Amino acid sequence: MLRRTFLGLLTAAAVLGTVTTAKADDFIIVQSTTSTQNSGLLDAILPIFKEKTGIEVRVVAVGTGQAIKNARNGDGDVLLVHAKPAEEKFVAEGWGVARQDVMYNDFVVVGPGADPAGVGGMTDVVTALGKIAGSESIFASRGDDSGTHKAEQRLWAETGVDVSAASGGWYRETGSGMGATLNTGVGMGAYILTDRATWISFGNKGSHRVLVEGDSKLFNQYGIILVNPAKHARVKAEAGQAFIDWLTGPEGQAAIAKFKIGGQQLFFPNAKGAGAAG
Amino acid sequence: MQDFADSFLLAIGLILSGDAELWAIVLLSLRVSLTAVLVAAVIGMPLGALLAVGRFPGKQTIIVLVNALMGLPPVVVGLMVYLMLSNSGPLGVLQLLYTPTAMIIAQVVLVTPIIAALTRQVIEGLDAEYAEQLRSLGISRLDSVPTLLWDGRYALMTALLAGFGRAIAEVGAVIIVGGNINHVTRVMTTTIALETSKGNLALALALGAILILIAVAVNASVSLLGTTARQSAYA
Repeated sequence: MLRRTFLGLLTAAAVLGTVTTAKADDFIIVQSTTSTQNSGLLDAILPIFKEKTGIEVRVVAVGTGQAIKNARNGDGDVLLVHAKPAEEKFVAEGWGVARQDVMYNDFVVVGPGADPAGVGGMTDVVTALGKIAGSESIFASRGDDSGTHKAEQRLWAETGVDVSAASGGWYRETGSGMGATLNTGVGMGAYILTDRATWISFGNKGSHRVLVEGDSKLFNQYGIILVNPAKHARVKAEAGQAFIDWLTGPEGQAAIAKFKIGGQQLFFPNAKGAGAAG
Repeated sequence: MQDFADSFLLAIGLILSGDAELWAIVLLSLRVSLTAVLVAAVIGMPLGALLAVGRFPGKQTIIVLVNALMGLPPVVVGLMVYLMLSNSGPLGVLQLLYTPTAMIIAQVVLVTPIIAALTRQVIEGLDAEYAEQLRSLGISRLDSVPTLLWDGRYALMTALLAGFGRAIAEVGAVIIVGGNINHVTRVMTTTIALETSKGNLALALALGAILILIAVAVNASVSLLGTTARQSAYA
């Protein structure tokens, strides 16, 4: 009896183990950032691409820094991130074939409703950050080498404030993704630099609201790169390029523009010469 | 506190709705973790038993090592398995990264020391009790391993359940080697992490409640199996 039960369990587990979703080569892996996934953009547009081409797009959503490292290791066919200097370096070093603009949105500074630093309504982000530092109001930073973190560091550099000296004091590095940092920041009543898409779709805002926006320095460009098949023979160059062509072409660009949450457009397509090979 | 009430209702609603996507995620979680426990048992139980009955130099060191490995940090295991399976790693040719198989491998690494260490303890106790008897029957130390394992089967269930608890609850390893890809490698724990990062705390908590229910169900069925088997064995 017991022996039979044991065997039954073994067989059940073995069956569970062998039924793998091993499909052929009809998928590509896109290393991307949390903002494109958490906002729901990719969930909205990828089915359209699959419908048209039969290619399934599997998204690994991590910070831009990690996405680039994974792509360098050849663990992905396409890179869709938002840190232009790092992307250009990636291509220059030969890891990627070419970089194309895809879309943009913008960063905003969110903060507690009480706004202790008094930056609400400001449009000059550098001055606003200076006021936050001056009043030593709590600021939660990603601290994870992501695209947003890099953008934040560029802005701090312009203020001349040495945030690393304040780390652990009013400047707090969470070392986590955008969502986790927002959760922490809302909990601490901190100011946070976030991309607008993640903020709009974020469900745990508390009393926090957008306080600083509209500065051209807050522009947030997304780029797309095919991982170089010359470096990694396993890169599915054809399917990957098909996805890039679609996303930067008229159909993909229209799908991006159509994606809205609560009537608000989250990403703005701006690929150059839609469809033209990079 | 509002979140707790909300998520409790949400959890009930989710279960009742029979949401296909949720079920696929639950099934994948079970598939990955049960397979991992099975593989870990095949490796860990004989290993634990050998550590219990065997007599060889360095035995104590290995026991300490295995016990210590019970505390392996999942993120570190995830990272090691990632580096092995990455296209730049030694096992890249297998093309296993971002598949359920990669998640199973990571969980096997996490669970095997737990099963081995607990097995060693169970078998050591049994060996102390029966060694003399077994020797008098002319059964060598090594040959007594299957008998002792079979004799300790009920106690070893706990070792399996401890391993399963570790596997089904961990997120650090599977999110790195699985990539939390929708419909491919997304399991309960990575879904909870994702919903938390979206700020959907009530939904995340509701999923957590469902995960706990699954763990209870698995433990209850094992306990039930054990009881029925014991009753029929002594009837």
